[in-house]
Amino acid sequence: MKLNIKYDINICCKTILQEQLDKLELAYIINGLGEIELKQTIGDEKYKTLEAALNKYGIEIIKNPKQVLTQKIKNAIVEMVFLKETLHTKKNSAFLADRLNKSYNYLADVFSEVTLTSIQSYIILQRIERTKQEIIEGELTLTEIAWKLKYSSAAHLSNEFKKITGLSPTSFQQILESRKKTDFTSQE
Amino acid sequence: MNEDALHILLADDDDDDRLFFKDAIKEVKINTVVTLVKDGVELMNYLEKPDIVLPNLLFLDLNMPRKSGMECLQEIRSNNRLKDLIIAIYSTSALEKDVKGTFVKGANIYIKKPNDFAILKELLTKVININWQYHTSDFNKENFLLYVQ
Repeated sequence: MKLNIKYDINICCKTILQEQLDKLELAYIINGLGEIELKQTIGDEKYKTLEAALNKYGIEIIKNPKQVLTQKIKNAIVEMVFLKETLHTKKNSAFLADRLNKSYNYLADVFSEVTLTSIQSYIILQRIERTKQEIIEGELTLTEIAWKLKYSSAAHLSNEFKKITGLSPTSFQQILESRKKTDFTSQE
Repeated sequence: MNEDALHILLADDDDDDRLFFKDAIKEVKINTVVTLVKDGVELMNYLEKPDIVLPNLLFLDLNMPRKSGMECLQEIRSNNRLKDLIIAIYSTSALEKDVKGTFVKGANIYIKKPNDFAILKELLTKVININWQYHTSDFNKENFLLYVQ
């Protein structure tokens, strides 16, 4: 029998982090934006054990300061696109600058240096990602999804979707449904 | 560049197409390591070797002798070790049934081979760039579908 699930990635990650940190008997606080504050210094060996344990779950500890900042920017973008349900009047650039307490130009420079793409392009990719999730969940119409993601209309959403993916939202949905029917063995 | 290189594998029976591809990839900003194979049998033999670095991105021609791209696609998706590979169909065909058919069978990307080298560079840059974002972020690879022409 098949079970269809939906998951909250934030809860998944937080739970994994807590379990792994508790296993190593570390005292810690999990801050927002992907930061863990350890309440004591941690020796090399324990650090490596922790790192290996987290890597198994696809969680990486980032060391390079520009990479750290880039990840914070990505997390803030996800927050902006996925979690901010209410219409905010702030522009994306102002939101990020305020959230991360740095000038937008500086953020943009570091981001494009590390990721080889622009913040703006990345924001669009995240919106498309969210659109895909909403389409798969199948609870909202395209118009409702457009409104939720702050597009000016369903047409605007479709245009952006097609521009980035080459497929219309409807084709995308049809393909995924056909995949399920093909008893596709690649299930996660 | 902080991240490691993107490993790319191309399976294409046409000598010229393989050469164009290799040259076009060289001009993409992202660090890449490219491996080329000439047909489906060579491809599956290569992928089944236990000691290789699995490619991050596989470009698969549909019309190949000995074993077609479609057959390879199906074999790869049913293989536990290989099933999560990102696969880009790289084909001269633009028939809707081929495009949709390959997506339904598990392809992530469909590229219609352009005749123009400059356009090829542009398309590959777009594909590799987006794939790179998937590689370095937590985007859901199962929903990764991209059609470029």
